[in-house]
Amino acid sequence: MKFLHLVIVNLRRKKTRTALTIGSFTVALFLFGILATIKSALGSGVDVAGADRLVVRNRVSLIQPLPIAYRDQILRLPHVEEATFATWFGGYYQDMKNFFPNFAIDVPNWRRVYPEYKFSDEEWRAFAEDREGCVISPPLAKRFGWKIGDRIPLEATIWTGTWELNVRAIYETDRRELTSPELWFHYEYLDERRSFWKGFVGWYTVKIDDPASAVAAAAAIDDRFANSPYETKTETEKAFAAGFANQIGNIRLLILSIGSVVFFTLLLVTGNAMASAVRERTGELAVLKTIGMNDPTVLSLVMAEAIAVAAVGGGAGLVLAKLFTLRGDPTGGMLANFYLSPRNLALGFALALAAGAAAGILPALGAMRLRIVDALRRV
Amino acid sequence: MVRVDGKGTGALVEIRSLDKKYRRGGEEIDVLRGLNLDVDQGEFIAFMGPSGSGKTTLLNLMGGLDVPTAGTIRVAGDEIGALSGRRLAAWRARHIGFIFQMYNLIPVLTAFQNVQLPLLLTGLSKSERGDHVEAALDLVGLADRRHHYPRQLSGGQEQRVAIARAIVADPTILLCDEPTGDLDRASGDEILDIISRLSREFKKTIFLVTHDPVAAERAGTLLHLDKGTLLECAADGRFACTPEDRAR
Ligand SMILES: Nc1ncnc2c1ncn2[C@@H]1O[C@H](COP(=O)(O)OP(=O)(O)OP(=O)(O)O)[C@@H](O)[C@H]1O
Ligand SMILES: [Mg+2]
Repeated sequence: MKFLHLVIVNLRRKKTRTALTIGSFTVALFLFGILATIKSALGSGVDVAGADRLVVRNRVSLIQPLPIAYRDQILRLPHVEEATFATWFGGYYQDMKNFFPNFAIDVPNWRRVYPEYKFSDEEWRAFAEDREGCVISPPLAKRFGWKIGDRIPLEATIWTGTWELNVRAIYETDRRELTSPELWFHYEYLDERRSFWKGFVGWYTVKIDDPASAVAAAAAIDDRFANSPYETKTETEKAFAAGFANQIGNIRLLILSIGSVVFFTLLLVTGNAMASAVRERTGELAVLKTIGMNDPTVLSLVMAEAIAVAAVGGGAGLVLAKLFTLRGDPTGGMLANFYLSPRNLALGFALALAAGAAAGILPALGAMRLRIVDALRRV
Repeated sequence: MVRVDGKGTGALVEIRSLDKKYRRGGEEIDVLRGLNLDVDQGEFIAFMGPSGSGKTTLLNLMGGLDVPTAGTIRVAGDEIGALSGRRLAAWRARHIGFIFQMYNLIPVLTAFQNVQLPLLLTGLSKSERGDHVEAALDLVGLADRRHHYPRQLSGGQEQRVAIARAIVADPTILLCDEPTGDLDRASGDEILDIISRLSREFKKTIFLVTHDPVAAERAGTLLHLDKGTLLECAADGRFACTPEDRAR
């Protein structure tokens, strides 16, 4: 600690170099913050997914539908306790860029499968009784200032026309990751008005009796519909959510690759800066050793410098990333849970410190092993 | 007492049969060969000798910066060849003050902070450190420059700061390697005045390497380093024993 001052003045020697190194950390950790946010937004639902639920979709692809008649057949299979379904509607409000997820749900059975969404009983009843009613999430209500009783026109994309819906309920949940801007309305209303795919649903969500029987239940469902015109693929909600995200390419892999490249570059940049810093100060380090500074102290002096750079630069990058995410989802709905969690912030900071330490260790060891006599001769 | 024949007893510094070889490429260079030296506390020794004769090498060995190829060096009872790592560093902090030709101050620290460095390695409190630093800067006559950075000081002043740094922790021995080598006569004399005073008033044991006979005159004993060993100068200024004599 007594040498903190020396660490600070050392960093101020080459202000440009220190600023650039700190800047690389800032940029890298800002990027990390954003990528981590995107990654967890894409995977949201992943952590939420209870393995006591399975999603049944068309085996060919996510956008192919399944017959509504499957529900009764699924219910008769072993381990299945309940089943409900939904269909992607893909409507938008006024302008395409106002996009948010909206889908038609199986109102009678929905709450038994998704108990984590809380409703007041009156609101839910009002929704259930109004064929043109809809449910919205708190973030969606906030985004457009909608309240119960409002009439919302949604422009269809898959089907045609303007679909007017009445806001009848706003759900509540204490789980932050569940609150994305979204809207649900009656499947019956959709099926009545749409011109094609009548009697078909997007996917089923099946509640099973025991997570341990998930594999058996999934196999039973897929077997049941094998060799039919609409074969199924049953997977965990986690896999389903990931599949949804992967519609836009293998984003997670992309994010991981970008992240790794950035960190590797960071190591090189910082390692190089620290190496030059130590090289320029060979004589001074020798003097410090001459007056009796021991090797561990010399090592920590150099490490402290690298880690200080990492902490300042990385911290700034994460703060910027957090500020950026506070402005909300930049894609207007694609990344519903655009939220940089404290966990990811901590992870980012730990990674920054680790990168600083990794970049500093070789120069620091070099400084530590420096032989005084050789160093003094070079002065 | 100063002896170069290896026959002294109980001296502060006791060097026996010291060998130092360097390997350069394939060949070995014998820099020091069977060097003996006994020096009592409070002596002021000057080393002279041609360039490359091993003066710096000898100082480095005495300060525990380098290890002998053979032989022993005892300082205040400690055999420094037996110390290593942490303990050697601590020993150096306790016993040795170095003064170099090139001052070697840390450019980003003020005079005060440079002088304070050795004290940061001790358990002294901040105010105790401050007192010691002030005293050391006073002694070299630079109390009013304490907040100046090395680049704001003249060469002579920088060297005085370096002396203050070397003495601030009150070491047993001062090792000075051509401390006036880079200075003009007037500044060099000021430095030598301070070093003489440290010998006279503070009874420091001082080893001074120099090429300058005027500087060497300040010392109580002049030793000549040649062909790897030390020769003592007689009172009349000639070597009591020249290399030629020894060969005979
Ligand atoms: N690390 C080393 N590797 C190889 N040779 C060395 C090394 N250090 C010193 N020498 C050699 O040892 C000899 C003595 O060097 P030293 O620096 O002790 O001489 P010196 O008496 O201090 O000379 P000068 O008066 O020029 O300072 C020289 O020949 C030098 O080249
Ligand atoms: Mg020399």
